[in-house]
Order: sequence, then C-alpha cells, then structure tokens
Amino acid sequence: MKPAAFEYHRAHTAARAVELLTELGDDAKLIAGGQSLVAMMNFRLARPEHLVDITHVDSLRGITVDGSRLRIGALTTHREVEKAGLGVLSAAMRWVGHLPIRTRGTVGGSIAHADATAEWCLLAVLFDARIVAEGPSGVREIPASDFFLGPFTTALEPDELITELVFPHPLPRAALTEYADRRGDFALVAAAVSVETERVVLGGVGPVPVVATGRDAAAIAGALDLRDEPGISAHYRRGLVRTLVTRAYEEAGRG
Amino acid sequence: MIQLIELTVNGERHDLAVEPRRTLVDVLRHDLRLTGTHVGCEHGICGACTVLVDGSPARACLLFAAQVEGADIRTVESLSADGALNDLQQCFSEHHGLQCGFCTPGMLMLAEGYLAEEPAATKEEIREVVASNLCRCTGYQTIVEAIDDCATRRRAAFQDQLDGSTA
Amino acid sequence: MAEPSLRRDGAWVGASVPRREDPRLLAGRGRFVDDIALPGMLHAQFVRSTEAHAEVLGVDLSEVRAVPGVVAAYSAADLDLRDITALLDRPATEFVPTAMPVLARDKVRYVGEPVAIVVAKDAYAAEDGVEAAIVEYAPLEPVVSDLGALAEGAPLVHAEAPRNTLVDVSLFATEGIDAVFAAADTVVEVRSKTGRQNALPLETRGVVAEWDDRDEQLRVQTCTQVPHQVRTVLAQCVGLDEKQVRVTVPDMGGGFGQKCVVGREEIAAAAAALRLRRPVKWIEDRRDALTAAFLAREQRYAVRAAFSASGEILALDADVLCDMGAYSCYPFTAGIEPLMASAEMPGVYRIPAYRVRGRAVTTNKAPTAPYRGVSRPQYVMVMERVMEKAARALGMDAVELRRRNVITVFPYTGVNAITYDPGSYLESLDLCEQTLRDEGWFSRRTAEDKVLGIGFACFSERTGYGSGAFAQRRMQVVPGFDISEIRMDLDGTVSVTTGTLSHGQSHETTMAQIVADRLGVPYDRVKIVQGDTDRITYGWGSFASRSITIGGSAVAAASVKLGDQLREIAAHLLGGDPEAAVLAEGGVRVGDSWLSYPEIADVAYLKAHLLPKGVGPGLQATASFDVAGDGTFSNATHGVVVELDPGTGGVEILRYVCVEDCGVAIHPQVVEGQARGGIAQGIAGALFEEVRYDDAGQPLAPSFMEYKVPTAAEIPDVRIEHLETPCAFTESGAKGAGEGGTIGAPAAVLNAVNDALRHTGIELDDTPIPREAIFRALEVSR
Repeated sequence: MKPAAFEYHRAHTAARAVELLTELGDDAKLIAGGQSLVAMMNFRLARPEHLVDITHVDSLRGITVDGSRLRIGALTTHREVEKAGLGVLSAAMRWVGHLPIRTRGTVGGSIAHADATAEWCLLAVLFDARIVAEGPSGVREIPASDFFLGPFTTALEPDELITELVFPHPLPRAALTEYADRRGDFALVAAAVSVETERVVLGGVGPVPVVATGRDAAAIAGALDLRDEPGISAHYRRGLVRTLVTRAYEEAGRG
Repeated sequence: MIQLIELTVNGERHDLAVEPRRTLVDVLRHDLRLTGTHVGCEHGICGACTVLVDGSPARACLLFAAQVEGADIRTVESLSADGALNDLQQCFSEHHGLQCGFCTPGMLMLAEGYLAEEPAATKEEIREVVASNLCRCTGYQTIVEAIDDCATRRRAAFQDQLDGSTA
Repeated sequence: MAEPSLRRDGAWVGASVPRREDPRLLAGRGRFVDDIALPGMLHAQFVRSTEAHAEVLGVDLSEVRAVPGVVAAYSAADLDLRDITALLDRPATEFVPTAMPVLARDKVRYVGEPVAIVVAKDAYAAEDGVEAAIVEYAPLEPVVSDLGALAEGAPLVHAEAPRNTLVDVSLFATEGIDAVFAAADTVVEVRSKTGRQNALPLETRGVVAEWDDRDEQLRVQTCTQVPHQVRTVLAQCVGLDEKQVRVTVPDMGGGFGQKCVVGREEIAAAAAALRLRRPVKWIEDRRDALTAAFLAREQRYAVRAAFSASGEILALDADVLCDMGAYSCYPFTAGIEPLMASAEMPGVYRIPAYRVRGRAVTTNKAPTAPYRGVSRPQYVMVMERVMEKAARALGMDAVELRRRNVITVFPYTGVNAITYDPGSYLESLDLCEQTLRDEGWFSRRTAEDKVLGIGFACFSERTGYGSGAFAQRRMQVVPGFDISEIRMDLDGTVSVTTGTLSHGQSHETTMAQIVADRLGVPYDRVKIVQGDTDRITYGWGSFASRSITIGGSAVAAASVKLGDQLREIAAHLLGGDPEAAVLAEGGVRVGDSWLSYPEIADVAYLKAHLLPKGVGPGLQATASFDVAGDGTFSNATHGVVVELDPGTGGVEILRYVCVEDCGVAIHPQVVEGQARGGIAQGIAGALFEEVRYDDAGQPLAPSFMEYKVPTAAEIPDVRIEHLETPCAFTESGAKGAGEGGTIGAPAAVLNAVNDALRHTGIELDDTPIPREAIFRALEVSR
C-alpha cells in the first residue's frame, strides 16, 4: 500500500504555508502529524499532488494562558496536551488512539479532519472554542458551532490553515467518555458534558457533533434522529448514548 | 521527482535521494538496510514499524522520510551495543516475550520510548501502552511482564546509584 | 509461571532454556523475506479482481507497461502456467475438485483474485503500474453466503459443482440412532454460526525468486510452512524438474496455517523471475492480506444431542456446513474443515451413537486454508454449548454433567473409530473448576449484580497425525512422516535436519534440546536445519501440531542412530562392548575410559583405517518417524470469568484459567507461550474478529479499522496449570501443544457470556458475539 506520487513543500512560517496553498490550489494538502492523512494516502484514498509540510512552523506550537483564553497552538500534539495538566482536555487524550499516535497527531490536524467522533471536535463544540484560521486575506476566528459543516467537512477555505484553538480559561467542570469494542478504536458513540452549562455534545450520532442540553440522558437519547446501520441498530446506539451521557456526568461530578 | 534529504539515524548522518512519497519505514529498511524495523499494516495500527523520533515512539509507516529531516531517529539496531543485548532485550528473552519476533522491534522501541519518559510506570500503565501494538504469537502477557520487570530493575538500579552517591 | 532454567533433573528436555532464536530477533537481525535484497531485484504487485463473480472479457496491460518504473506485466495468457489442483480420493458424489489458476483466466471468483502481475523497479512503481491496468468484467450474480450457495437456483461458482457443493460426506451413522433420539429423556439442540476469520500472521505472505544459471535452479525464498509442497507445485506449474527448484524459508513472522498451503502469488512471482531472468520480490500488503489471502473458520452447525435422565449423553447428530470460499486449497482441499469436524466432534465425551454430515460449499469469497485448530474451535464450542444446554434442561450443574460424560478409561475407541490414548480430561476439568473456586469466583458470581458469568470448555486436541490419520481423509497427498538427517563434524558438534518448520514455535531450541539429551552435548551447540528443499530430503512442514511429536521423534531417532555409531566406534577403539558404552559429557564412556566426540570424529574422518570393520567413514545417520495409529491427544480445560456491562453490552474477561496437558513439555515456557497465543486468537474469534462482505461480495473489512485484532487491553493474563500424561510412542513423551489455546477459548468465552445472561432467558450461540445482542438481552431483564 504505497502512496501515489506528490511534490513535497516545506513551510517554516504560517504565511509561507498560506502562500503555498494559494499557489498550489486544490491539489495541495497540509501535512502536520499525518496520522490520518498518511494512512489514507497509503490506501490511495487521498492523492494530493502537493503536500505542504507545516511541522516546522514553530509559531504554531505552544500552550499559553492569556487572561480568560486558553490558547493551544495548532501543532500541539495530543501527547503534549495529555501532559499539560489541562483538566478535561488532558483527561480526554487517553481516548485518542494510542501513545505513538498521540506523540505525532496534532490538535489542529484533528479539528481540520473533522471526524464527528473525534475528541477534539466534541471538546471544541462543548466549550464554544474558537478556531483561529489564517488565509490570504488575513486571520479570522471561527466559532466551533459554525465550524463543522458535514462529515469531514469544515468551514475552512482551501487556502487557510488553522493556527490555534482558543478555549475558555479556566475550563468548566466537564468530562468526555466513549464506547468502542477495543481500546484505541474510533468511538462508536462519544459523549462530552459540561456540568455548569449542562451542555451535552455527542459524537457518532450524526455527520457532525450533535448538541443537546440537560441531564436526562434517556430524553436526550430519545430525541435523536437515528437510523439502523449494518451491525449497529438505532436502538443500540440510543442505548449507548443514554449510558455514556450518564457516565460522563458522573465522571464530571467526581472531577 | 526526487528529494535530497539528510536523515540522522542511530546517531549517524545519511544523505539520501528519494521520492518524497517514500515512507520512513521503507527508507530505513531498503535505502539504509536497517531491516530490524518491520512493516505490518501501513496504516498505523499494528505498530511493527515503531521507531523513536526525537525520543518518542512513532509509526514509521505514517511518516514520509522527508518529514523527519533534522530529527533524531532511533531504530532497534541502536539497542544492542557491540552485539550484546541490552537489559530490556534480555528481559524479553527471559520472559519469553517473543516467539516469531516480527512485532518485537516495534515493542522494544515502544517500551524504550515510554520508559524513558515514564520510568515509574505501573504494570497497568505498561499494559495500556503495549496495547498500542499488535502481537499475534504471545497473547501479550509475557511482553507486559518483560517490560515491567525491566522497569522495576531500572528503578532499583537508579535507586542503588542514588544510595551509592549519598553513602 | 514457567521460569527460565537450564536443566530439569539433569536433562535439557523439560527446562525452559534461553532460546537460540532470541539474540538475532531481539537485535533486529532476523532475516524475514522482505529483508532480503538481491542485486537487480524487481518488485511485483498484482492486479486483482474488483468483482466477486464475473467473466473476464479482457485484460489490457498496455498502459501498465508504459508507467515509469514498470519493467513487465503478465496476465494468465502471457505466462501459461498449470493450475493448482488439490484432490481427495473420493467419488464425485462426495468431492468435486476445483482447479485454481495461478492468474485468473476467463472468470474471477472473489474480490482480490489475482488477474495479472506487474513487475517494477520498486514497490511504489509496481502499485502505480497496477492502477493502470484495464480489466473488463461482465459481472455475474455473486454467491455470498453458505445458505445462498445451497439455495435453489443459486448461481454456480464452479460449473462442475452442482449446488456449489465441493464436499458432502457422511462419515458416520450409527444404526438405530433415530430410535435413540425418539426414546431419550432429554434432547437438546444447538444451532451455531461462526464468523469468517483471518489467521493473520503479523508478517504477510511474500517471496523472493531468482533463476540461478550456475546451479540451474529457480531459487525461491518464501515464508511458507510447506516448502516441499511449494517446490513440487511450482516445478509442475512452470515445467521444471523438481531439482531445478529450491525453496528455502527465512525467518517467519507467524503462519498459523495461512502459510501451510501453496499460494498463487508465489508461483506467479517465481514464473516472472524465470521469464525475466531477474530476481523478483512480492510482499503481500495488509489490504490484500485482509481480503485476498486464505481465510478460515466460517461454519454453521445444526446439532442435536440425546441425554438420559441422569445426564449421560446417548447420541449426537450433527450437520456441519463450511463456507470454503472460491477454491480448494492445496494440498488439503475444501475437505479440511468439514472432514476434521466430522471425524473428531465426539471429542472428550463417551458418545455411543453418532451421525454426522459434513459439507463444504463454494462461495465468492477468498478461499479457506487451515487456521490453527482448524474445525476444533468450532465443534468444541458447539459441544460445550450442548453440555450447557443439557445441564440447564436437566437441572444439573454443567461441570458435573461433563464429569459424567468424559472419557476416563484409556485407551478408548470412540464411535468415530478413533482410539484415544491416555489423557487427563477429568483431572483437568476438576483442577480448572477447583482453581476458580479457590480464587473465589463462584462466590462472587452468586453475590454480584447479575452480570458475572463463568464458562468452561473441556476438550482434546489431536496431534501427531501420522500417515495413517491423514490417509483416512483420503487426501491424494498424504502427509504424516518426518525424516531427519544428523551429521557430526570434525569438531564433534552436530547439525540435524527436520522437515518441520518453525514460524515462532522455537524449534531451533526445542529440537536442539531433544538432540542434546540423546547425545550428551549442550543444546546450544546443536544446529537445527529446516526449511531448505535442497538440504532436506523431504518434509511436510509444520501444521496440525506435528512438529515435536513427529519431527521431534525423527530428530531423536536420528540422534539415537548416530549415538549407536559413536558407541560402536568408541568401543572398538577402547576395547569394550558397544552395548555397555554410554554417551555422556560430549563423548563416549566405555568402562573406565572415555573418548571425546572430536576424538571419535578424527578417526571417522581422518583415520578411517582405524574404524571397525563394516563401519563406513563419516558420522551421519538418517531416521524417519511416522504414526500408524490415530495420533496422540493433548487435552485441556479452560475456565473463563466474564463481566458484562449492561449499559453498553461490553464484555470484560476478568479471569482466564487454562489447565493443560500436552504430555512431556520440552520447554515449559514455549508450551505456555503457545497456549497464551492460541487463547488470544480464540478470544479474538469469540469477541472481535470477523471477515464480512456486502451483498455484492465486496469485503467490508479491508483494514485493521474494521478487522479488529485484540490488543493487550482486551486479552487477559492467563493462569496456566500443567498436567502431564506422557505420550507412549513419541520419542520424548511429548504430545503436540500448538493449537489447544485456539480450540478452547471460543467455547469458554461463549459459555461464560451465556452464564452471565442466565437470568435473561436469552442464549447466544454465534460468534463473534455481538455486543448489541448482549445489550438487548440485559435490557429485557432489567
């Protein structure tokens, strides 16, 4: 399973990365951690003609607290967040793949990939994070609620790159939990809850993270529009939602 | 298209001319003839290709060689100096932590990278990390035991050193 | 747990010695087939069918040859290779052979079937080339299930196989069995379906082939468990003499049966190497390994068992239907699974009346090869479900029911015409149950929230199948014996050939232990030579847990023969009776004198005039070993404790106990490793792994995302207790130990899950066990 040929470009600044994206157009893709992208390329499911490597754009690294804003650079790895003592954000990292995935995979990469079950997508929506993007016309902040448009589809323009994520600081009490048959698998269903706002964000129940409110897990599960799928019925998925929302609140309460 | 890249592997610098699409695992195995790192799936799940990149375990099948220019790359060949097995390798042998040996280099590098970062790891934490890689022969128990034994011995040796230096 | 040690009672056998394989494998200096690089070597990949069932209207490789880096591309028409056909000596009503073309010609029968081979300067260019192939298909309706294969009016996968049936054999039918059922106090029924699985060695298949002018030989290095079979088939396919083909086996990253059949890709790559007069390497990628390699284990059982009021089993009536995929594999044929199940299902139980029908159907899926355990994981699972259901119906404890039915007096000749040699069936059952009881699990089960379950599997594993046993299958190619050649060099050290093949089982160490004990030398100076068709007269490779029982016995016999020569020469030189001479400490003791092996070798090679009359120069011996009877039976009982999660249907294995008896254990750590590894694969089949297809026959598990191999987080530690009932006829008293783990695990796990569901009234009999089914069962009862 070898990838199709491409041309490789390396950017050392965000501005240069934007320049390259603009120049190379739709056939170009950014590569950061590559944990999703390279696998897809090895299967030849993704065949970008150009790869723009941004792993050396040092300005995209780092975690800083800026008053009431927690700023996480897009190239921050899941492992760096895991070790950074950031409450639920760090705790949720144990669900992201396995250790070697976490040492390379990045927060920005996960958000840009927009898998509806991905932990970062759920957390961004849970906390109303803002996705900061840089493009040829400058920098903009996109609220998470406007960011995920469909399966693996975001509001990012093709010539934009994510530079950082901004979360509220301090983070409210919250928890994320998920279910899969095996450790490290993508979640069948994932639930992230915030105790203060009683916001619930669900993954695996729609093309994008789904938001609900309240503590009544059964009601939340019942209100979802779900379809039977091969191997997983709507009924079972609803049951998983009920269980995970309940357990997430329990975990958040203990935290 | 051919890319000229410089890779530092096991402390040695190599200048290579490769297609950018060549993955790190293929460059290590075929261009540098370091065949200890193995290919098991090419989509980042089995971990047979695990190497250390700047000290952290990483899947070499999910990296293009061009991406890791300037990084410190370590493969299983770096573990045994002058042909003698290191303590972790010896623990694997004592515990029968390998049978066919195909997953073993990946397991070794995963363990080395992890223990360097978390020398106080408990057996349960070690098991969690071993869950990163697949093994089809051993059922994992003896792999976890080997790594745990090595970690315990290293902590004891470190303690001895500390005790020795304060005595 | 078995600790490493150097000797047991002064012998090497029985001690967990450091493995000879370890230093190179740990250092990353093993040599697996993909590690081999030959000058001028090219890389091959295959154009594979995208249709499950179709006529091939045309194969256009013109664009392929124009892709940069591509050197050649061949279709079936270009290579003109003979088909691979496996045969059983049975009438047409019982067996229909299928010819498997090396490259598909006018028809494709599964997604992934190789249609053309592309050879390029590297694997990347080869894949570019494959993409440029244009194959025109006229799709046919696919057959994607066993029941679909048998349905009225189903399309035919092979025109010559009516009702898509390749094997239909009724091996046994005790007279009067229907009357026994009619009169029985209790009759239980089990209907069970097991999912298709992949043996999934971590190293995929592969080959490096090269024509050598000097030796006039096609040299093939491949990770196969059956090098001599590959040689024969390859020579026939390409039209060479056998001596013009040399197959050698490098280090192997597992096989588990997937590599004990002859594959098409190895033949095609070798043919390309022959045509191009350049080395050609093919390494199977994981996507092909998951979709187009040999698969296994998809079986459907309909079983009835009659019991007396006091719990004795009176009769067993079984229908076994095996989905064997698109072709018979070589050499075992599609009969391997149904015939194994039919012959051995009674297992450890005394069953007076038995009727069985075993069938293999062909479908548009990748073909089936043996996978560790073969049909035993499935039929043991079914038999253990029978025991559980009968116990419930009779209001008895399920372990007690087993006690009343296991064979305890040996030798025992069963209704299936197999004679079972002594084993510890009852003892293993008792010890397993006692161990779990002592650990407090039965108390916990009663006390806990109703989601804890305990399940058992009591079973035997036939090993050491000799020619006699294989002949009963009526294979045209009858495996069974092993031949071993031993040679002592001038320095007094020995090398020994074996026709078996280690793909992780440590034969370089265990066979050396056997030789070391016979000759009184250290085991790490004994070299075991395997996997080379030039150096090994003939061999059957490794499968069916035959290596130590048969290969080890041949190795021992050859050592003994060499020992006799050494004693004769020493006695002659020292003056004494050869019968009284003793092999010890690297030499021969005659009375008070002692000659070292180098001293004896010096005479045998360099001073041959001093040899006794009638003894030729050199030091070597050849011996063979075969088993005429029914083989030797290992046995075990597995006990499993599971906890179910009502909120998700999740299953956690809290405890796994294995009480096993494989006779004399050559190397206890190795035996435990075989058990644990097999158990992991068995758990995988019970809970995680399944090869699935959609209605068009398209594989739904082409990556490790969908084909879920369990990790260290899912596989529990296993407590292993050993019993030892030595085998009376193998040279070391060992029985085979390779497959027991896979055989017992699915049954024990399934029974444990059902035990945890005992309050729900719902029983689950299919694997892999869907979590949703568990969720729903627990939901209903809450």
